[in-house]
Amino acid sequence: MATQHSRSVARFMLAPAVILLLGWMLVPLTATLIFSFKKYLPLRGGDLGWVGFDNYVRFVSSSAFWPSVMATLTIIGSVLVITIILGIVLALLLDQPMWGQGIVRILVIAPFFVMPTVSALVWKNMFMDPINGILAHLWKFFGAAPVEWLTQASMQSIVMIVSWQWLPFATLILLTSVQSLDREQLEAAEMDGAPWISRFWHLILPHLARAITIVLLIQTIFLLSVFAEIFVTTGGAFGTKTLTYLIFQRVLESQNIGLGSAGGVYAIILANIVAIFLMRAVGKNLDS
Amino acid sequence: MLLKNTLRAATALSLLAASGAIADTLTIATVNNGDMIRMQGLTDDFTAKTGHTVEWVTLEENVLRQRVTTDITTKGGAFDIMTIGMYETPIWGKNGWLVPLNDLSADYNAADILPAMSGGLSYDGTLYAAPFYGESSMIMYRTDLMEKAGLEMPEAPTWTFIREAAAAMTDRDNEINGICLRGKAGWGEGGAFITAMSNSFGARWFDMDWNAQFDTKPWKDTLEFYSGMMNESGPAGYATNGFNENLSLFQQGKCGMWIDATVAASFVTNPKDSTVADSVGFALAPDNGLGKRSNWLWAWALGIPAGTQKEAAAKQFIEWATSTSYIELVAANEGWANVPPGARTSLYENPNYMDVPFAKMTLDSILSADPNNSTVEPSPYVGIQFAAIPEFAGIATDVSQEFAAAYAGQQSIDEALAKAQAITNDAMEAAGYR
Amino acid sequence: MARAVTTQRKTLNTLIAWSIGFVIFFPILWTILTSFKTEAQAINDPPLFLFFDWTLENYAVVQERSNYMRFLWNSIFLAGGSTLLGIIIAVPAAWSMAFVPSNRTKDILMWMLSTKMLPAVGVLYPIYIGFVKLGLLDSRLGLMIILMLINLPIIIWMLYTYFKEIPGEILEAARMDGASLKDEILYVLTPMAIPGIASTVLLNVILAWNEAFWTLNLTAAKAAPLTAFIASYSSPEGLFFAKLSAASTMAIAPILILGWFSQKQLVRGLTFGAVK
Repeated sequence: MATQHSRSVARFMLAPAVILLLGWMLVPLTATLIFSFKKYLPLRGGDLGWVGFDNYVRFVSSSAFWPSVMATLTIIGSVLVITIILGIVLALLLDQPMWGQGIVRILVIAPFFVMPTVSALVWKNMFMDPINGILAHLWKFFGAAPVEWLTQASMQSIVMIVSWQWLPFATLILLTSVQSLDREQLEAAEMDGAPWISRFWHLILPHLARAITIVLLIQTIFLLSVFAEIFVTTGGAFGTKTLTYLIFQRVLESQNIGLGSAGGVYAIILANIVAIFLMRAVGKNLDS
Repeated sequence: MLLKNTLRAATALSLLAASGAIADTLTIATVNNGDMIRMQGLTDDFTAKTGHTVEWVTLEENVLRQRVTTDITTKGGAFDIMTIGMYETPIWGKNGWLVPLNDLSADYNAADILPAMSGGLSYDGTLYAAPFYGESSMIMYRTDLMEKAGLEMPEAPTWTFIREAAAAMTDRDNEINGICLRGKAGWGEGGAFITAMSNSFGARWFDMDWNAQFDTKPWKDTLEFYSGMMNESGPAGYATNGFNENLSLFQQGKCGMWIDATVAASFVTNPKDSTVADSVGFALAPDNGLGKRSNWLWAWALGIPAGTQKEAAAKQFIEWATSTSYIELVAANEGWANVPPGARTSLYENPNYMDVPFAKMTLDSILSADPNNSTVEPSPYVGIQFAAIPEFAGIATDVSQEFAAAYAGQQSIDEALAKAQAITNDAMEAAGYR
Repeated sequence: MARAVTTQRKTLNTLIAWSIGFVIFFPILWTILTSFKTEAQAINDPPLFLFFDWTLENYAVVQERSNYMRFLWNSIFLAGGSTLLGIIIAVPAAWSMAFVPSNRTKDILMWMLSTKMLPAVGVLYPIYIGFVKLGLLDSRLGLMIILMLINLPIIIWMLYTYFKEIPGEILEAARMDGASLKDEILYVLTPMAIPGIASTVLLNVILAWNEAFWTLNLTAAKAAPLTAFIASYSSPEGLFFAKLSAASTMAIAPILILGWFSQKQLVRGLTFGAVK
């Protein structure tokens, strides 16, 4: 169908985007790779020469490495599960007839507009503070001892904050999908006496598969680089140090660019493993 | 008002005419502490006197540190003046990244800067940043609660007394915690406190061969004492409390004692913000009978990155902001209790200032801190709550995270110390010390 | 076949949905309420919900201390500019992938998305040095380009999915009628893709508005947007909940209002091709 001419025009139109992104990928990637093989300490005079794989060995053998990989995967996994399950529930609910649907929808999507730094500050100081936080007051009201959220349930707290931010996104995408459900088919199934759970399992969920895929993909990309929520709340303590945070500490706190860059290469590898895993699990849903 | 402005304009013009300088716009990076915010409010006075204008970049401490460090190491030139501390100044000065401040005007009287401060802000005898304010740490306590507990605070208490007093003052039903201390991860937060405290327990970060010392008894004693006391008498969630959280708690009347920066004294005694302003007493930071107290030494100082185009104007600003006349300006506007403390000897010879209740204790605390001789056993580093080597910030942040996890009960003190030992030795080896 | 919904059922739906909506929105509502309290009221025990002396004092303090309008303008400029630039580059790219697909199209799309996975902090130094050399440090232009590059993959992908849903026959019909490529894009494609483009724009304005790593690390005084404004209010000395709330409200209000007014558009368009 496409002629030779339109093919070359198409290539021409694609070129700027590809070239820009190629540059945006290659320049930093090259820099990261070069630094990762160097002893590069800005506070000690900068470039102190090539050191082979020293930085790579040191980064992996640090006691913080594996816990940080686990923390990263835990945050991504938990937030995905929470936002997708709650997102489906909310999407189905918001699709029901009710008064003031528009307003509810606004309330539900609002957290998406809040800067991560702001939401982390608000949650940390005004909600999770064990003395002045709303949650502490709530617990005391019901006669329970306030939870020290950020120390006793540090990972859960961060997952909660991040989920709160991303739930609107999941809900929105799932909602658009729910709205395109085939009503007649659903009603026919209901007439046939199919129980709710089987209608959900056999009709609704397969229809949502594609939307879920999209949520998985986009959120994973953003969750890999969660930072402000940790920086503001726990500062990387209490087992919440993700790979991104560990790299931040190596680059900016320790001022060890070489070591941080080696960490960056590991982060790229981890991201690609996650991506390949996602593609396998999800890729077929994207073909239409 | 009109007259004042006219006068200002007139002074500005005459000064401009006198110096023949062109007006510059200075970009100044600073931390969002109360004294700096006050300085921002008074910038007009600087502009009136010199004709230069100022663009402020005010950031939270952690963000500021990462921002200015990136800029100075890359010679970015985004700022004409940076607010830095006693940790950064000698390291940056050694690298030649800061403009030496050895040619400030005679009026400025650099000899008036407290020797402890100018010493900590110099490298090889040259001053690289001028102190805006200086601090040590001391005990701030509630005189009413102390009395209620039937105790009397000595001027120089021991840790044993503090622990007993904290337990006696604690009243969980009324949400009063006997003692509030920093536990938050971060080398400048909980890391600074525990390091200063460990000095009084006879601990040190490194022996003379730069071997980490976390496997020694004094460190274990320090952490066990700290977490034992905090679990008995500290606030809930203390492992995430830093300076600011504790200040807030103290101002709300929820702490019996608080050991922290001497600058906090003016905040806790300010009736506008503090519910307990009338009943705050001060004492030297505790010791353990080993000859070292647990107070630190710090200054927030203004330095000029080498290579700035506006060096002359930047020096003028520094002379303005750290001068005695700036102190008088603040005193005239906001009262003597709110002037930036701890930088100048003359301030502590001023009878007006010595009437301020915390003035003497602040000076005594500063004078009793010696960065060159901070540990009971000899150590190879300079600094009290830090070791002035470039690797320290990174290591101490990791170590303080392990400590915070121990305070929160996520690991035992022995585990935390073992990890701290491994982290530190590993990093020191990488840096080529061992 | 539409089944009548009982009022009872509708009431129940409404009740549940409103409660959930309230809970999700509560942190924002609480921030806004706190911004009108004094610092002492902000930490009152029990918490004060509506009955306190409403005051604007925090806003006055924040306004006096920092030049809000400049931060706001920078945010608008950066978010708007980077999105516009992104759209200009993304529309042709998405068009060509959607209408002249090759067997590599999907790989190219995935590769583009994967450029977002590089941890930003790892490349702070090289980018910073590059910016210094090019004189782009603390400039809106430099930051606009970075933000555009960060979000470009998402823009392209969103547009691609919309374009793909436009039936090819329409384009062929237009071509038969002698429409040039330019006409095709301008008069046939664009009108059909407007809802998609609109929601793409919205999503990217939000993402650019909230980006807090590069906007904080590559700016000083001139180009700093609202993310830097917030960094000067997070944990200052002393009681700060009320002032923090006021600053937070000022930082999120513009984008929140934009989001609310355009939420229909956003809901309609935010499909990423998820709807068949």
